[in-house]
Amino acid sequence: MLEILILLAGIAAVALVNWYFFMAPRTAVAAATSAAGRQEVTIRVEGGYTPSVIRAKRGKPLRLIFDRREKSPCSDEIVISEFGVRRFLKPFEKTVIDVTPAQAGAFEFTCGMSMLRGQIQVEG
Amino acid sequence: MQPTTLDTTEVTIPVSGLTCASCVGHIRQALEEQPGVTAANVDLVTREAKVAFHASDTSVEILVDAIRGRGYGAELPAPGASLADEQAAQELAQAEEYNDLRRKAIVTGVLGAGAMLLSMPLMSERSHTTHGGGDPILGPLMDLIEPPVRSAMPWLYSLEPSVLKWTLLLVTIAVVGWAGRQFYTRAWTAFRHRTADMNTLIAVGTGAAFLYSVAATVAPDFFVRNGVPAEVYYEAVAMIIALVLAGNALESRARGKTSEALKKMLLLQPAQARVLRDGTELDIPAGDVRSGEVVLVRPGERIPVDGIVMEGRSAVDESMLTGEPVPLQKEVGDQVIGGALNRLGSLRYRATTVGAASTLSQIVKLMREAQASRAPMQKLADRISAVFVPIVISIAIATFVAWLLLAPEAGLVRALSAAVAVLIIACPCAVGLAVPTAVTVAIGRGAQAGVLFKGGEALEKLHEVDTILLDKTGTITQGRPSVTHVVPAGGFLEETVLATAAAVERLSEHPLAEAVVAAADQSALILSPAEDFDAAPGLGASATVDGRRVLIGNQRLMESQGIDATALLPKAEEFSAAGATPVFVAIDGTAAGVIAITDPIKPTSAAAIGKLRAKGLRVVMLTGDRRTTALAVARSAGIEEVIAGVLPEGKVAEVKRLQQEGRRVAMVGDGVNDAPALAQADAGLSMASGSDIASEASDVTLMRSDLEAAVSAIDLSHRTFRVMKQNLAWAFLYNVIGIPVAAGALYAAFGLLLTPVLASAAMALSSFSVVSNSLRLRR
Repeated sequence: MLEILILLAGIAAVALVNWYFFMAPRTAVAAATSAAGRQEVTIRVEGGYTPSVIRAKRGKPLRLIFDRREKSPCSDEIVISEFGVRRFLKPFEKTVIDVTPAQAGAFEFTCGMSMLRGQIQVEG
Repeated sequence: MQPTTLDTTEVTIPVSGLTCASCVGHIRQALEEQPGVTAANVDLVTREAKVAFHASDTSVEILVDAIRGRGYGAELPAPGASLADEQAAQELAQAEEYNDLRRKAIVTGVLGAGAMLLSMPLMSERSHTTHGGGDPILGPLMDLIEPPVRSAMPWLYSLEPSVLKWTLLLVTIAVVGWAGRQFYTRAWTAFRHRTADMNTLIAVGTGAAFLYSVAATVAPDFFVRNGVPAEVYYEAVAMIIALVLAGNALESRARGKTSEALKKMLLLQPAQARVLRDGTELDIPAGDVRSGEVVLVRPGERIPVDGIVMEGRSAVDESMLTGEPVPLQKEVGDQVIGGALNRLGSLRYRATTVGAASTLSQIVKLMREAQASRAPMQKLADRISAVFVPIVISIAIATFVAWLLLAPEAGLVRALSAAVAVLIIACPCAVGLAVPTAVTVAIGRGAQAGVLFKGGEALEKLHEVDTILLDKTGTITQGRPSVTHVVPAGGFLEETVLATAAAVERLSEHPLAEAVVAAADQSALILSPAEDFDAAPGLGASATVDGRRVLIGNQRLMESQGIDATALLPKAEEFSAAGATPVFVAIDGTAAGVIAITDPIKPTSAAAIGKLRAKGLRVVMLTGDRRTTALAVARSAGIEEVIAGVLPEGKVAEVKRLQQEGRRVAMVGDGVNDAPALAQADAGLSMASGSDIASEASDVTLMRSDLEAAVSAIDLSHRTFRVMKQNLAWAFLYNVIGIPVAAGALYAAFGLLLTPVLASAAMALSSFSVVSNSLRLRR
């Protein structure tokens, strides 16, 4: 009886871990468009990216402001391969990255070791 | 930009469009309205805005936009400066991190050793026969030092076990709360974002062992009542944290070294430049040199910006930029590159490209973009990194449950120890670092040898190549053709043939045409004006000189115009066989003569081609020249396969044809004329011409027009690919073998078990060894 309980508890714990980390709802945030026609969004960098999914329009300049709120070396670099960006993010500072998405699609941004990740969804 | 106090940053932004004093007020207001700006001053005379701001609230880009929003012009400070600034900030952060980790690792190591001593008298209490919880490293070590400790510190053994436990608890709280705190806080932040990383594993692993020990210290009776030994593992917790910190410190320092090449590049531009303004020599920041300005360089100084020599002569060492080992002699009219070292003479030169357009800035930009790129091999690692930690936690839970169910006699402690070992040994960092560190180091190494890769994909593609196409002119040969012979037909004078040909060629842009004009200049011939010029690509040109129709070009042109050149053909064949290009001249429909033009092979070409062939590559020469000439050049260069008589647009077709045969083709040529073929090839290598180094079409830019650079590029691509494969294999195998062994997979058969402390030692070494392996590419 105890054995069955242990087994069930184990299965429940594994399920909980996987649900918590993999089934996380990722809310997409659309970049706000300024009067000048530029899209802008601020992304908080602390143990991950908040928001982690950015929606943007194709062909319009997009300003990503990475607001790094920690010193952990895990997040010290931001990489957006699609736009050839690898930048160091100073701790507790805002770093501006300007890009212009030329194509529609989903493009990843990650930390230097691709452990932390987010996505830019470019709509046509 | 420089930090002035802890949290304010000051920046100077060049402003334009200032017409009156009220503009100053407008801009200041615009800046002060921005959140985070503490002070703003605008100087009407220097046309600069000095702004102090909190970097946590705004950035230079936002401030520049705020000024522009008011209708004024504003520029970001020089990109070179901001890159260097960013690099410096990164270095500073890395150095701080390394020092912090090292200090914590050392102190924790000492405390951990103390904890080992204190826990020795408790050993006999433990349920296992050996010390250190049966740890293969810690156990025998403690067995070894226990007797001397016992005889040296008998008082230790007379202390109450509860006193020892409470002392150990205090020591470990110090370790966990000070040195280990970063693991717990970072794991918690990640957890809140529903992500998990290396910190999560260490935090959960050491946390479980620590909490178990605390419970056993506080309420030993409860454990005993339930048949569970009230054992403590404080020394293991402290040693794990010490070892992981030591591993992180080693990794941090090694990671800093991966971008060393980029740092060195950024340091090449001197801070100061000496310019001539209004007749006086002035020392100004190198970033302020304007295009067209006269710059003075003394022996031993670095050249501040790109330019063309106006006065003086000197040997200039460009090895850091182009990989060219021998200093180059620079004279009036020669190009100098910013960042190169002026050796012996003084130079006075006119600045050409400055700022972002300069060669050095372009190299640095290319390097950074390349280092940002993802190698295709990374995809697999990425997929694993994304799911790694939650899966390891799941395995740890399964391990714990399996021990309880399958080996109940081993007890709760053994189950916990195995689960903690699984958490500690798993190393996601090794997987994440495997490919990016290799790419970063390789891009840097390449740049130092004058080979600029577009990115990880270019490195991988070049490594797959089995056939290499070499453009003849400018790639194998020097690309500076000169006239060696002029042979007139019967009834014509040598001077007439050359002067008439030069009169036509003066209007042409063909490289061979320049050679003809240069030869006429050398003989001081007077050239008549030419009219009705017409160029036939791939054939030649025609024009009217002194009322006579002149044709100049290859045999095909003569044939197509029905000109009988048979008398000249033996001579033309003779020239071809010697590797020269025969150019026919016809005046008013009669063959007048043939001119031999030679483009000498570069001194390094033959050796480089030999190396390419020694690598098993199929080397093919591609040229628009006639077959005999091409074969002669190929023979001296050591090439067996020649595709001659190819029109410029035919090169793409040749690349395609080889690809259809199933070959992986690399093409080496110049970035402008050969661009379509370079783009079509699996890997395009362009030789940099002038200051434009970023050819869109090519995957690799060779900073010196020397085939040895192509050999270096291929060598480096092979070495990098090997390192990436080794790293990935090591990172995967390490985890694939380490995790099951830690879980106890080998226990039933061999009695082999990894304990948490041994697991932490393995983990500390695994990511460090991946980065160290990548660093081998620096050589």
